[in-house]
Order: sequence, then structure tokens, then C-alpha cells
Amino acid sequence: MVDRCCRLLLLILFLFTAPVVSQVHGQDDNGDVGAEAEAVGSAGQTAEVSMDDEPAEINSGDIAWMLVSISFVLLMTCPGLALFYGGLVRKKNILSVMMQCVFLMGVMSVLWAVVGYSLAFSPPLIEGFDIVGGFDHVLLKDVSPSAGAGGSTDHMAMDQITVAFQGMFFIITPALICGAFAERMRFSTMAVFSVAWGPLIYCPIAHWVWSSTGWLSEFNEEANALFAEGSDAGFYFPAIDFAGGLVVHISSGISALVCALLIGKRRGFPHEPMPPHNLTYTCIGTGLLWVGWFGFNGGSAGAANGSAVNAVLATHLAASAGVLGWSLLEVIKYGKASILGACSGAVAGLVCITPAAGSVHPISGIWMGILAGIVCFLFCTTIKNKFGYDDSLDAFGVHGVGGTLGALLTGVFATSVITGKSHSSGLIDGNSEQILIQLVSVAAAVIFSAVGTVLIAKVLDAAMGLRVDEEQEVQGLDLSQHGEDGYIFQ
Amino acid sequence: MKKVEAIVRHFKLEDVKSAITEVGIQGMTVTEVRGFGRQKGHKETYRGAEYIVDFMPKVKLEVVVGDDNLDKLVEAIVKAARTGQVGDGKIFVSNIDQVVRIRTGEQDGEAL
Repeated sequence: MVDRCCRLLLLILFLFTAPVVSQVHGQDDNGDVGAEAEAVGSAGQTAEVSMDDEPAEINSGDIAWMLVSISFVLLMTCPGLALFYGGLVRKKNILSVMMQCVFLMGVMSVLWAVVGYSLAFSPPLIEGFDIVGGFDHVLLKDVSPSAGAGGSTDHMAMDQITVAFQGMFFIITPALICGAFAERMRFSTMAVFSVAWGPLIYCPIAHWVWSSTGWLSEFNEEANALFAEGSDAGFYFPAIDFAGGLVVHISSGISALVCALLIGKRRGFPHEPMPPHNLTYTCIGTGLLWVGWFGFNGGSAGAANGSAVNAVLATHLAASAGVLGWSLLEVIKYGKASILGACSGAVAGLVCITPAAGSVHPISGIWMGILAGIVCFLFCTTIKNKFGYDDSLDAFGVHGVGGTLGALLTGVFATSVITGKSHSSGLIDGNSEQILIQLVSVAAAVIFSAVGTVLIAKVLDAAMGLRVDEEQEVQGLDLSQHGEDGYIFQ
Repeated sequence: MKKVEAIVRHFKLEDVKSAITEVGIQGMTVTEVRGFGRQKGHKETYRGAEYIVDFMPKVKLEVVVGDDNLDKLVEAIVKAARTGQVGDGKIFVSNIDQVVRIRTGEQDGEAL
């Protein structure tokens, strides 16, 4: 299924290598679009131009790339994020950060296979009121082992590639939230929080944005079929979220801010010095995140094709530009560029390009990266200091803010030259509707994440307590929560 | 018997060690310390959070000598450790009541 769409994409890109004709198609959403373009979105239910007659089968190149991407994304969690976050905390808490990453790998993977995948990608739990998938694929029931043989009409072939790849996203998203409550969160509560947050917050949003029935999904089969006939699809906002600006970064970033506010500041913050204990780790982690992101965004193309290549190039340029944007502001404000700034800028750029990687020209990635470096810098310094909240590792400042910026800028820079779909385009194509759709999707993700996280956190605070007690916090989480010492140098 | 504690700059440690052994002193103990006197600290910035770091890393040497060796020891340390800049360090001399060599049980003068 994915392969059929991607071959179609290639055909369309090939046909439109002449000067950009998107302006002609850009304004109309309801009709007047090429039959080929519509077929891309409809997942094969209407007549479509096909390059060949063989049944849709992902080839070994696609499988190989997806396996690599799956591996890259897991590396992003451990050791990428483990080192990045780990280096930023005080020495006495290094293991607690690493434990959060490793434990989440354990619990979220199992949870995803048991029920998470089903909630995200099954047909709606409640027919006619689609906010989350059902239990059709609990314990991976009816998920075929090999690509394309499942016979599903979902835009992503019901196969283990999708389960594995998407599962890695399910792991890293709650791991990002840990940045907000680092150095004071009770481990047991964090574990329960993540097990609740994944299915209750992540899965619905993923369902909205990426399933074939989601109200924010550009892969919504019913809506795309209606578009093809020229009818209105009703309450439907096809947001462009290539690899998870909404699903991963906004959800985790907003939830992080909520958690930071609810759990309160670290003891001694902001008067007591709490500098990063090991920025060399943070830098190593950045390298792993940057390269790993090629799998995060590149793998979201679902195949080894032009879309994946565009995504990787745009991703890389956004990271690079993010380094420059943040560093520039540091030089202006402090007179010195720092490694922490350069690494933070890179990550900000990567976050920003995540929703856009498959729909923008790589050069647009540069603009997005620079803006992300600048805007996230301001949120992590000026604005955070002004409001005084302790988002310890800037999970909101980088992921929440960067994700929001990226989602909105996708509505600006998306172009049908890259997407191959004339209705999937942004402001630069003359389409002013997409940015409004992006705004709706951002608002939905923000509100849902915020409200949902408040509820979960409040319940857990009452039941278990979010925070360790003062003595445990002073002693350090490594010792108090895990009975270990990170550095025993004889 | 006297104990000489000298707080010196890190990069001067080798020079001081050579100077001490040249005047015939055979042992010393070294620890890494932090401190400040008149030397000013520095500023560090991490994502907008500024820290003034007052404590400077230094090295502390401890040597125990007989009374007759005291003056040449102190002079050797001063000459080797001095740069002329603020932050060269200080030497403290105190009395030692008893010294014991653990391996042999020798005491005081014979243990030095």
C-alpha cells in the first residue's frame, strides 16, 4: 500500500519537473485537482495510475531502510537522549536520567505491542465518534509479519515494520517529558505516569494525525475519497505532520511544561548553582540524536524513496541552521558561542523540521532551522527566566516551542513540488488554508495534551506523590531511587 | 618537626616537586583543592543561567620535615611556585608532635 502511493508520488514528481505549476492548483481544495494526485491520498480505493500491475509489495530496499530507521530511532533514546539529558543534570542524578530512558524502552515497547499500536492505528473504538482506535490489534492480532501481505486499507501497511517503527516513537515521546521533571521526580510515579500517558494522550493524537480515519490525518480514506469526487469532507483538517511535530514534540513539550509547573522547582532553584555536570555527554548525545533523526524523519517516508531522501536532506540542513541560529544569538547576547548552545540549536532545528521534512524543499529547512534556533533560544533563556518556571532540561522550550513553530511553518513552506499532491501545499504555493489547518491541529494537540496531563498528574500526585522528599532530592536520585552511584573512581 | 602545607597553582606542581627533591626532601602528599583568596573567580553561562564561580582549583602539598630543613624547604617552594601574579598561593607551617613509619615502627626523626 505504501509502495503504491510512493511509486505514484515518484511518477507525479517526474511529470511535474517542469516549472512549478502548483499556483494553478493551490487555491482549490474541493475540486479541480488532477486525478493522479487524488489517488495518492485515497490509498488505492479509486482508480489510480499505477506504474505496474504487480500487487503492492514493499521491496527489500524499503525493508532495509525501515530496519535501519527503526534502529536509528531507538538509538536516539538510548544512548542519544540518555547522554544528552544525562550530561545536563548534576552528577548525583546521572543514573536517574539514564534509568528513565532505559526503563521506558522496556515498558513502553511492551505496552505498544500489547495495546498501544492498536489504540493508535485500529479503526475507531467508538463507531461514529473517532477519537482513538479500538482493540482490533491488541497483542498485534492481524498484523502480518511481512510487509504488504496484510491486505489492510490503512495507509500504512499493517505489518511489523509499522509496529516496530512507530513503537520507537512511542518510547521516545515520554522520555522527552522526563526533561521537565528531572532531578526531583519519583521513579515509580514516572513509570505509572508514562504507562498512563502513552495510551491516553499519545495514542489518540497519533490516531488523529496518522490513522486512516483520523480527523487531522492527511491519510483519512473517507475524506480523501470525498475530495476526489469534489464533495466536502466535513469536520476534517488534514494536517501535514510528516514525522511527529504534533504527535511527538508538541504532545511531549506541552505535557512537560504542565509537569514542571505541577511538580514545582528543584530545591534551591534558581539561586543554587546547578550547572550541567558533563557537557561532553550532552555533545555526544547530540551527535546520536542528529544522525538518529535521519531515521526518525527519513523513515517516516515509509520507504527508500525520494521522499526519504528529501526528508533526510531537509532534516540535516535544519539541524545545521539551528546550530547557527542559536549560536548567533548567544554571541549577540553573551559574547560567546557555547557547546550547549550549539547542541541545543541543532536539536531545536531537528524538532522544527520534523513535521515538515517530507513536504518542504531542503532549503526551506535552513530557514526553519534558523528560526527554531532563534525562537527556542528566546524561550529557553529570556522567557523561561522571566516566568521563573523550572523546566529543567528545556523539554518545553525546545520540543514544545520547536514543535509548534515547525507545525505552523509547515503550513508556510509545504509545497506540492515536494509532496507531489496538489492539495498538500502551503503558503509559498499560494495556499493559505494549510496554515489554518496546522493551527487547528496545534491547538487540538496543545489543549488535549495539557488537559490530559493535568488530570493524570493530579491523580498520581494524590495517589503516589509526584516528587521525592527533600532528603532524597538532596542526596540525589541515583542513590535514593536506585541505590547506585554513577561514578565510583577508585 | 614541622608540617609545611603549600597551596600552589596546578601547573607549578612539577616544578615544586623537583625543587623539593633537589634540597633533599624525599616525600610529599598532594591533594586537589578549591579555594579563593584575592584572585577573582569567573563567570559561566548555561542556556541563560549565569553562575559566578569563586572557587579556583589549586593543589595542596603537605611535607613534614625536621626543624633544620624547614627554611630551605620553604625557600625552595616559594622560588618554584612563584609567578608574580595574584593567585600564586600560600604556605602554612605548623608543629608536628609525632611521626611514625608504619612499616618499621620508627619514630620522629628516624621516620622522616
